[in-house]
Amino acid sequence: MIPTAFDYVAPTSLEDALSALAEAGDDAKVLGGGQSLLPVLRLRLNAPEKIVDLSRIDSLRGISDDGDTIVIGAMTTHDEVARSELVREHAAVLAEAASTVADPQIRHRGTLGGALVHADPAGDLGAPVLALDAELVVVGAGGERRIPAGEFFQDLFETAVGEGELLTAIRIPKHTGWGGAYEKFVRVSHQWSIVAVAAVTRDGEAKVALTNMGSTPLRASAVESAIADGASVKDAAAKAAEGTNPPSDLNGDSDYRAHLATVLTRRALARAMGG
Amino acid sequence: MPRISVKVDGVTYSDDVEPRTLLVHYLRETLGKVGTVIGCDTSNCGACTVHLDGRSVKSCNVLAVQADGREVTTIEGLATNGRLHPMQQAFHDCHALQCGFCTPGMIMQAVDLVTENPNASEAEIREGMEGNLCRCTGYHNIVKAVQQGASATASAAGGEQS
Amino acid sequence: MTVSPDAVEDLIEERKDVDTSDNEREIGKARTRKEDERLITGRTKWTDNIQLPGMVHLVMVRSPFAHATITNIDTSEAKTAPGVYAVLTGQDVADQQGSLPTAWPITPDQKAPPHPAIAVDRVAFSGEVVAVVAARTLAEARDAAELVDVDYDELPAALDLKEAADDTVLAHPDLGTNKSAFWQFDSATAETGGSVDEAIEAARADGIVIEREYRQQRLIPAFMEPRSTVVDPTGEQFVMWSATQVPHILRLMLSLTLGVPESKVRVIAPDVGGGFGGKLQVTPEEIITFLVARHLRKPAKWTETRSESLMAAHHGRDQWQRLTLAADKDGKVTALKVDLLADMGAYLGLVTPGVPILGAFMFNAIYKFPAYQFNCTNIFTNKTWTDAYRGAGRPEATYAIERLMDELAVEVGVDPLEIREMNWIKHEEFPFTSVCGLEYDSGNYEAATERAKELFDYDALRAEQKQRRESGDPVQLGLGVSTFTEMCGLAPSRVLGSLSYGAGGWEHASIRMLPTGKVEVVTGSSAHGQGHETAWSQIVADRLGVAFEDVEVLHGDTQISHKGLDTYGSRSLVVGGEAVIQAANKVIEKARPIAAHLLEASADDLEFQAGRFTVKGTDQGMALGEIALATFAAHNLPDGVEPSLDSDATFDPVNFSFPHGTHLCAVEVDTETGMTKVRSYVSVDDIGNIVNPLIVEGQIHGGIVQGIAQALWEEAVYDDQGTLVSGSFVDYTLPTSADTISFVTDNTVSPSTTNSLGAKGVGEAGCIASTPAVVNAVVDAVRHLGINDIRMPCTPERVWKAIQSAGYHSGETTAEAQEHFVEGEANQDQVGNDPSAAVTGEQS
Ligand SMILES: Cc1cc2nc3c(=O)[nH]c(=O)nc-3n(C[C@H](O)[C@H](O)[C@H](O)COP(=O)(O)OP(=O)(O)OC[C@H]3O[C@@H](n4cnc5c(N)ncnc54)[C@H](O)[C@@H]3O)c2cc1C
Ligand code: FES
Ligand code: FES
Repeated sequence: MIPTAFDYVAPTSLEDALSALAEAGDDAKVLGGGQSLLPVLRLRLNAPEKIVDLSRIDSLRGISDDGDTIVIGAMTTHDEVARSELVREHAAVLAEAASTVADPQIRHRGTLGGALVHADPAGDLGAPVLALDAELVVVGAGGERRIPAGEFFQDLFETAVGEGELLTAIRIPKHTGWGGAYEKFVRVSHQWSIVAVAAVTRDGEAKVALTNMGSTPLRASAVESAIADGASVKDAAAKAAEGTNPPSDLNGDSDYRAHLATVLTRRALARAMGG
Repeated sequence: MPRISVKVDGVTYSDDVEPRTLLVHYLRETLGKVGTVIGCDTSNCGACTVHLDGRSVKSCNVLAVQADGREVTTIEGLATNGRLHPMQQAFHDCHALQCGFCTPGMIMQAVDLVTENPNASEAEIREGMEGNLCRCTGYHNIVKAVQQGASATASAAGGEQS
Repeated sequence: MTVSPDAVEDLIEERKDVDTSDNEREIGKARTRKEDERLITGRTKWTDNIQLPGMVHLVMVRSPFAHATITNIDTSEAKTAPGVYAVLTGQDVADQQGSLPTAWPITPDQKAPPHPAIAVDRVAFSGEVVAVVAARTLAEARDAAELVDVDYDELPAALDLKEAADDTVLAHPDLGTNKSAFWQFDSATAETGGSVDEAIEAARADGIVIEREYRQQRLIPAFMEPRSTVVDPTGEQFVMWSATQVPHILRLMLSLTLGVPESKVRVIAPDVGGGFGGKLQVTPEEIITFLVARHLRKPAKWTETRSESLMAAHHGRDQWQRLTLAADKDGKVTALKVDLLADMGAYLGLVTPGVPILGAFMFNAIYKFPAYQFNCTNIFTNKTWTDAYRGAGRPEATYAIERLMDELAVEVGVDPLEIREMNWIKHEEFPFTSVCGLEYDSGNYEAATERAKELFDYDALRAEQKQRRESGDPVQLGLGVSTFTEMCGLAPSRVLGSLSYGAGGWEHASIRMLPTGKVEVVTGSSAHGQGHETAWSQIVADRLGVAFEDVEVLHGDTQISHKGLDTYGSRSLVVGGEAVIQAANKVIEKARPIAAHLLEASADDLEFQAGRFTVKGTDQGMALGEIALATFAAHNLPDGVEPSLDSDATFDPVNFSFPHGTHLCAVEVDTETGMTKVRSYVSVDDIGNIVNPLIVEGQIHGGIVQGIAQALWEEAVYDDQGTLVSGSFVDYTLPTSADTISFVTDNTVSPSTTNSLGAKGVGEAGCIASTPAVVNAVVDAVRHLGINDIRMPCTPERVWKAIQSAGYHSGETTAEAQEHFVEGEANQDQVGNDPSAAVTGEQS
């Protein structure tokens, strides 16, 4: 219940945060909302020497309209994302997914940036970000990089964010007028997804991404091309598990997950298309 | 050790804390606010729920240093002028507690929930309380209490305005 | 202030006008609870709140291995870490720690390994304590615990219950076997019924024989307050505060285990955050905290983390049940044979071996079975020890028989309620002696079932089920029935004696009449959520005619409540409550001669009613409070009468009580995902007379959800290394408010004849009844697909796989069907949105 001892800084600017990180090297850990990091520290699964808390950097928080893109600061909480009118209008699937994360208390603290960098394959925010073709803005000593979501997630708990770098914002191309649905399957509420599916659709076009069907969020490209080729929702959804490598655990083995993916994809597509 | 200044239940405290100190430990051990309790080590149970700057959080999942300069309300600060908060009253009236261990967290989360959504349906209440585990009551009476507490809170607020 | 004799007389005079006529109607009132005010404002006394001067904090070092020899423990680094006072290993305390107690040797030749609080040279489950660190702060203790370096040599571990029964791998090599004991009940031998083998043979020739194997998965009680213990060795006595259900038993056992005089130990159970059997234990950690405090001569505190709790606090259930039910062609049961394998885990706890035996008498449930045999083999494995968990033995039994009755109904081709009615004890047949030789006091299964059907709208739901089956709806409806009984009020001491239990089953109470008219009730039942303060106050207010508010209930401290056998087995009200009544009766009888003397009447002419003695046929009288004060002043008492009304009573029940009920459950099973949703749930319980309907309802609700949780959600799972996989609340999935629904509860009343309250006990009813009701419903939803069983918990994966292997592949969810599913959910909300509909039971 008690982490190992560490030093703590809470810089108020991005520059200070980056230099604090640079100084401490790989002994440092960034603290976003803390909702994944603090449990890890409390169970002593990790023991950083320094914590750099981003919560006092105002510029990392908030949602803004940037023409055909919406920009979400990395430190924006799940709750803020779920409630944002901008997100609901232009990236509905992300708002819905954010509202399914954990429970209200955790959503009040946990951040979109933190969730993406944490990159838990069962996390709910990777798939919608991937389906929406978002770009992730990463800043380090060498300046700013914009990474397409498809290249951001590299493996279990591994992303393109390097040592000494910070995720500062998530840029989402507006999907105004697209339908969106996030189908999350859990045994008991407030559980991490056993499988979940994010679908974004408009006439004859679908973008579909899967949660917990492999070590990273995955685009269901077979489903997408089937839809593009005019297949029925049912036939397209049947391809949802193609090319995936789902895990087996207490909640279900990989066969069951593969099956769930098809059912949930069908439901997500149907709902997204229904309006 | 960093020095923090936190307002808890209306009183401002200034203390040196180890950065690794969790907010819940600071409340319980340094301030003696033992009304807030610890039920798990994975932030699942919600027993430690308090309000941080007006929003419900799990105080086992916040560092005390993160509360520096902020305001915390615990179960001990909910009643005002010796009068129970309508949500506390509702928990009593509806027999929404048995052992009472989950109760402080339940009430704090319920207050947050009805502040956000005074007209929550049963389904919304059930969803909104999903981060708080209770092993005794089966939730039935908790849901009833939150419904009663919601209308009582709303009318109390209305009463204040007029 | 001085009190002049006159002032006392004046007070006595004043008392005369107190109107007590209302106090007699307390029993049956839905009183809100006295104990709430503190709990809802955070003014609580959890053990972990305690801070004492100089107190040290303990952290346990636990084995990561299921079975291993300890080859070396290096504590040198930990001992010199900042703030550390001591690091103790099993070797250090080997000659002091004794062996943890088991109070229930079910057979004379029962085998059991020694059970050290700290493992000395071998660990037998993962989570067993191998060392303890004591430091100034918890953080320092935690830091130092990481520095304790333990070397293990891993041994093969006995993990699977059935494999362990074959003795191929031994959990405790020194025992030479994994079998702890074999226990049998046979109705032919006991001469309470016929021979099962003959009946089964006859049924094989001309009748029905149903053979099934059911699994009672391993569960974790998961009380919300983690266990915590503080020991203060300063002062004349050792004072132990502990989050325990059993302060009295704990005190006795501490004394016996550690050789400390019982009189030198005081145990206090302050506010206790739930137990469910999980805190009915004498734990290694309590012993260790005691040893450390004694060693350091400083107060010491240990509080577990949730992960520790899930791993090391005792688990529950874990049985394989092989069952053979024989019936004639019409479905009248002729025999039941039960063969159990029960997993003890690595050690025997306080009542571990007796838990399955508590179920032995309940497999025949509410039915008239002519022949019955129960065989149980208790087996050791290298997993956390098991012991009592809500219901202890009775849920296992009820599950098995209620599942079987459904199977029988299918075999005969009748409705599950019909098969039950055909076999159950009719209400005019009470008192009824069961095939186990127990005398059922009272009951009316017909009435409870009738009421439940009405509230449930049984026939309409059956019609909907038929329609869904016919249309091939991907969401199928299932209805589940459970008509259960249980034996409450543990227990008549003689019965316990005949089952070789180490203690009696009585309970103690004292009533102290204070001079100011207030009443203190001291009870040996120690509450942890059951609302004893409120219920006991109602009973005493009612009996003595004093105001509810004037009664103070004291418990949970062996110095205040010196005698008691604590709270478990739904015994508090029917045993402890009865003791309170008897003490109250004694108060009245002690007051009678004093009243007679003061009223200058003959004692025989006095009537006691509504808190007053009156001289028959006159309006002359005195309130009990007046007599209490006069007795305190003792200025004018009859010769030879002691100046005290205080009274004690120890009540030993002559029989159990047998509450019963009918629970009906409707579930929707999504055949595409395997997901089960409980749609509606009705319970009609007959628990005899009710002291406080509000408290009773709460107990039922909580029990129902715990039982549903066994059916659908919870399981303690070990991997093949013997590590607990479901070792946190992330994986040990307790239900939340969002997973459950509002229930419809009601009661019928058949007063018990075994206690003067006519009460029967309710603590475990919900949890005993609901598990089979839900699983019966799940199986009912998919039975037409060729499925007759799904192992608990019925997870979506298990349900889906059962459907797959039954060869059914659901078609596409049509748009309408999808909508139907959504409608189903909406229905559920409607029930709940109208609180009066959800809780009709309350009004009646
Ligand atoms: C009980 C419980 C249930 C949960 N259930 C779900 C669920 O159902 N679905 C779900 O998706 N999530 C769930 N979560 C996790 C939750 O969503 C977390 O909020 C999220 O995963 C992490 O966000 P955070 O802001 O709290 O990050 P932190 O915990 O602060 O950090 C997580 C990781 O990201 C790094 N990091 C954080 N911010 C940045 C940044 N801006 N730049 C670089 N690195 C950064 C940290 O160093 C750390 O490694 C649950 C958590 C809990 C405790
Ligand atoms: S103690 Fe904070 S959520 Fe359990
Ligand atoms: S009242 Fe006991 S855990 Fe909720």
